[in-house]
Amino acid sequence: MQDSDIRFQYVLHLADNSMILGQRNAEWCSHGPVLEQDIAITNITLDLIGEARSLYAYAAELKGENATEDTIAFTRDVKQYKNALLLEQPNTDWAYTVVRQFFYDAFHFQLLNVLQKRKDERIAEIAHKSLKEVTYHLKWSSEWLIRLGDGTDISREKMQIAINDLWEYTGEFFIPTEIETKAFELGIAADVEKLKPLWLEKVKAIIEQATLTIPSKNFQQNGGKNGLHSEHLGFILAEMQFMQRAYPGVEW
Amino acid sequence: MEINLEESFQKKIDDEIRIEPRDWMPEKYRKTLLRQISQHAHSEIVGMLPEANWITRAPNLRRKVALLAKVQDEAGHGLYLYSAAETLGMTRDELLEELHSGKAKYSSIFNYPTLSWADMGAIGWLVDGAAIMNQVPLCRVSYGPYARAMVRVCKEESFHQRQGYEIMLTLSNGSEEQKAMAQDALNRWWWPSVMMFGPNDDNSPNSAQSMKWKIKRFSNDDLRQKFIDVSVAQAEILGLTIPDNNLKWNEARGHYDFSTIDWIEFNEVIAGNGPCNKQRLKAIVSAWQNGEWVRDAAVAYAEKQAKKTDNKTIAA
Ligand SMILES: [Fe+2]
Ligand SMILES: [Fe+2]
Repeated sequence: MQDSDIRFQYVLHLADNSMILGQRNAEWCSHGPVLEQDIAITNITLDLIGEARSLYAYAAELKGENATEDTIAFTRDVKQYKNALLLEQPNTDWAYTVVRQFFYDAFHFQLLNVLQKRKDERIAEIAHKSLKEVTYHLKWSSEWLIRLGDGTDISREKMQIAINDLWEYTGEFFIPTEIETKAFELGIAADVEKLKPLWLEKVKAIIEQATLTIPSKNFQQNGGKNGLHSEHLGFILAEMQFMQRAYPGVEW
Repeated sequence: MEINLEESFQKKIDDEIRIEPRDWMPEKYRKTLLRQISQHAHSEIVGMLPEANWITRAPNLRRKVALLAKVQDEAGHGLYLYSAAETLGMTRDELLEELHSGKAKYSSIFNYPTLSWADMGAIGWLVDGAAIMNQVPLCRVSYGPYARAMVRVCKEESFHQRQGYEIMLTLSNGSEEQKAMAQDALNRWWWPSVMMFGPNDDNSPNSAQSMKWKIKRFSNDDLRQKFIDVSVAQAEILGLTIPDNNLKWNEARGHYDFSTIDWIEFNEVIAGNGPCNKQRLKAIVSAWQNGEWVRDAAVAYAEKQAKKTDNKTIAA
């Protein structure tokens, strides 16, 4: 694999993570539990899709051949999407949404913190900008995790169920794909294995403060970053790409 | 005494002095405003649904982000307006309860379905456009909190209107399919938008009192006419046809003539028989019910925290 292809694939992976979570969170808009939180989750959604757009625009430049952020986002199929499995999991309810957000935020924060100092200037610049936003996301999701964990009996139970269910999708972040390893060797990526203890420290602290527990079962799902997804992604893309597929090649 | 209070109240209004929450006001003024502001707030909230319907399917990323931001703005408008309504003596939860039970009304326009992407253009252009016509005069409404809320709202609405028009412009400069999509959206949204201004003046019983109180500054028919006059020119630029065979410039009046409005349809939609009345209310109610445990937990957590701080203060 050529260096330029590694760079391209790595940028896609970063973009797909935030794009797919943004697309999922967008489903909440106008259905939130209270107006203020409808606005808050949409803010996060806007940040995530904003980050994805910057990365797709960069990927499009690397690709050339008249590629744009939209051709990249809207014309790839499931197998070519390189987001982690966690991010395509359904919203289910506010508990799953908060837990999914928190697990990603805690990782995203550590990742961007490294990327902003690495050698690819474009990635570093985007990471630097997004880090400010993600710092807020992490604060928001940590606070909600604590509030709902330590809220009522019902909310505690719902949060624990969400944690138990989503836990198996967290390990994937820290198992490097071939692309991540090579991108790291190029000096443009993070060594994700090294991020795990930092992530775990934060996650443990917040879950403990929320009076919740980390599941004892340790089996972890893996595959999304290599294009091996859950059944959910096909439907996400079917919805997201509908217009571009039905009316190809026109301006909107 | 009562008469003097009423007289000095009216004098303030005549002198364009804003009425503030602590000021004396006739009960009927308070009630009329409360109904109007809460209906307006509910319209912002229900109005999020037809557009949110296209967020996950927006045709490109730029449009997706713009649509998200727009729907989010509407949530913000709802917030400002609920706050203004609360100054008149009802809490947001009480107001929402009236929406959920079907007691309170919201703008009928949101009971129509969004069937294609072009509807995002038509809604921005026509529905936000009609809303602006209605709302700009409200920036000078006699009740202070409402007027101030409207100033913020109007700034964003005109941005929405331009954004919607720009979607229409792109479509009408696009492929044949896109043009057809735009025309179809105009066909479906035109009359409901024209009806947004409410009944004809001779059928609008409360208007005179509202004018006197400066809750209303222009009549329904005047605003409607203004909207139609402006929209005709805008449709021409788009190369689209407004679905009204009787639309014709009237030199003598200096306005466009247009067909008689189908008030039967309007009244059916108000009565709950529009294409989406049930779906809209159901979506609003189920979001509220699904969120109940979240709101309860937030309250419970806040109470626990408050107790902890209390105990600390006592210990110290
Ligand atoms: Fe609005
Ligand atoms: Fe608007």
